[in-house]
Amino acid sequence: MATAPKVLIPDKEIDCIGLFCPIPIVKTREAIHGMSVGELLAMLSDDPASDADMRSWCRGTGHDLVEVTREGGVYRFLVRKTR
Amino acid sequence: MERGGAAPDRVYFDYAGFAPVDPRVLAVMRPFLEAGIGNPSAPHSLGSEARESLEAARAKVARLVGGSTSGVVFTSGATEANNLAIRGVVLRAPAGARHVISSAVEHISVLNACRDLEKAGAAVTLLPVDGEGRVSPDEVRRAIRPDTALVSIGAACAEIGTTQPVTDIARITRAAGIPLHVDAVGALGRMPLAGAAMGFDLMTLSSNDLYGPPGAGALWVKPGVKIAPQILGGGQEGGYRSGTENLPALVGLGVAAELMRAEVAHGEPARLAGLRDRLVERLLAAVPDCRLTGSRSARLPHHVSLVLRGAKADSILLDLDLCGVAASSGSACAQRTGTPSHVLRAIGCAPQEMEGSLCFTLGRWSTTAEVDAVIERLPPIVSRLRSLALPASR
Repeated sequence: MATAPKVLIPDKEIDCIGLFCPIPIVKTREAIHGMSVGELLAMLSDDPASDADMRSWCRGTGHDLVEVTREGGVYRFLVRKTR
Repeated sequence: MERGGAAPDRVYFDYAGFAPVDPRVLAVMRPFLEAGIGNPSAPHSLGSEARESLEAARAKVARLVGGSTSGVVFTSGATEANNLAIRGVVLRAPAGARHVISSAVEHISVLNACRDLEKAGAAVTLLPVDGEGRVSPDEVRRAIRPDTALVSIGAACAEIGTTQPVTDIARITRAAGIPLHVDAVGALGRMPLAGAAMGFDLMTLSSNDLYGPPGAGALWVKPGVKIAPQILGGGQEGGYRSGTENLPALVGLGVAAELMRAEVAHGEPARLAGLRDRLVERLLAAVPDCRLTGSRSARLPHHVSLVLRGAKADSILLDLDLCGVAASSGSACAQRTGTPSHVLRAIGCAPQEMEGSLCFTLGRWSTTAEVDAVIERLPPIVSRLRSLALPASR
C-alpha cells in the first residue's frame, strides 16, 4: 500500500507576494534569525527571480531548502533552519 | 576646492553611493527653500516665476542630455525614471507586443521593473555579459523579435564600472525601429553621451549623481516615443508624471547639470581617470591575490572595483572606516541579503572572490592625497584579515 506523502507543517510563514529582490531574502533572513534550529519557515513569493535567489541564499548560508512548489505564479519555499 | 596636500584624516570614496551636493548648487537652491515661492501650476505671479525657474532647469538638463527640452520629464530620481521608461513603454505597447530586452548587469530598478512586467504577462530577455560585464551588440540584434517593445541597456555598470557599447547598440535598435532606453547614471558627464545624436530614445539621469540634491532625477524621452504615465494625478510634467514638482531640488538639478557640462569641458573626466589609474595600479601591485573587476579600458573614469581572495568585504570596509576611509562593496542588495551580487555572478567571479568585493568611486573633490591614503591604508588591513582567516575559509 502506498504511503501518503508527508505534509510538512511550517512553524512560521511569511508572505512576500508583490515584493521584489532583495526584500524576500531580507525578510527570510530576518525570520530565520528569530527561529530555532530545526524549525521550518515557509516563504511565499511571486518574484520571478526568487527561485534562483532562494537556492543561492540557502547554498550560501547552509540552511536546508526542503521543498519548492509553485502554483499560479506564486512560489512557496520551505526552509529548515540548520544552525 | 582641495586638490592635493597632506594625508587626509577622512577619505570619501563612495560617490556612487551618495555624492556631496555642490555648494554652488546649494546656494542657488537656498532662496527656493527660504523665500516664498509658488506652485509652478498656480495662476499668480509667484506661480509664473516658479514655472520659469522650472523650465530653465528643464532646458539645462536637456543640454546635458543632448536632447530636446520638451522631452525632459522630471522625477523623484533615477529609480522612478527607470520604472517610467520600462513600464511606460512596454505597457503602452499592444498586449501582443510586450517583449523587453535588457541585460544581467543592470541596476535593480531596471531588473525589478522587468520582473514586474514578466508577472503581468510580458516576455523578458536578460542578455548575458562577457567576463568584463560587456553586452554584445550582436546579442542584442539576435534577441530582437517581432514583438520586442523596448531595449534597455545602462550606459555603464555601477558595480564594476564597465561602460557599454551603447552607440553600437543604438545603431541596431534604430535600424529595427525599437526604442532604446539608456540608464545614464554614473556615465553622464563622465563619458561622451548625447541622447539624440547617439540615437537613444529614452535616457535616465539622477540629480545626486551630478552633485545635485538627492530625491530628484529625470527621464528624457525623444519626441514621438509613446509612454504610459506611472504616477497619476493632476497632469504635471506633460501628464507623464503627476504631482507638484519639487522645485528647489529641480532647480538644483538644473544647476548641477550646467556645472557638469562645464566640468567636462575643463577636463574633469581625464583628471578622475588619472586618479583612478593611480589607485588601480598601486593597489594591484601592493595587494596580492587581488584583481580588477570589469573592463580596464572601457571603464568609468571615477570607478575602481576589485575582488580579493581570503578576506571578506564587510570586514575590510569596517577596518577601512575605522581608519577614515569610506568605500563600499559595490552592491547594497548583496550586502543586505548576504548573497553574491547579481553582477559578480553574471561576470563569472569565483565564489571565493565574491565575498571580497570592494568598490571605490571618486568624484569632484577627490585628491591625489586621498588616493595615496587608500594605497597606504588598504594593504595592511587585507594582510591582517587574511592572517586571521582560518585556512578552511580561504
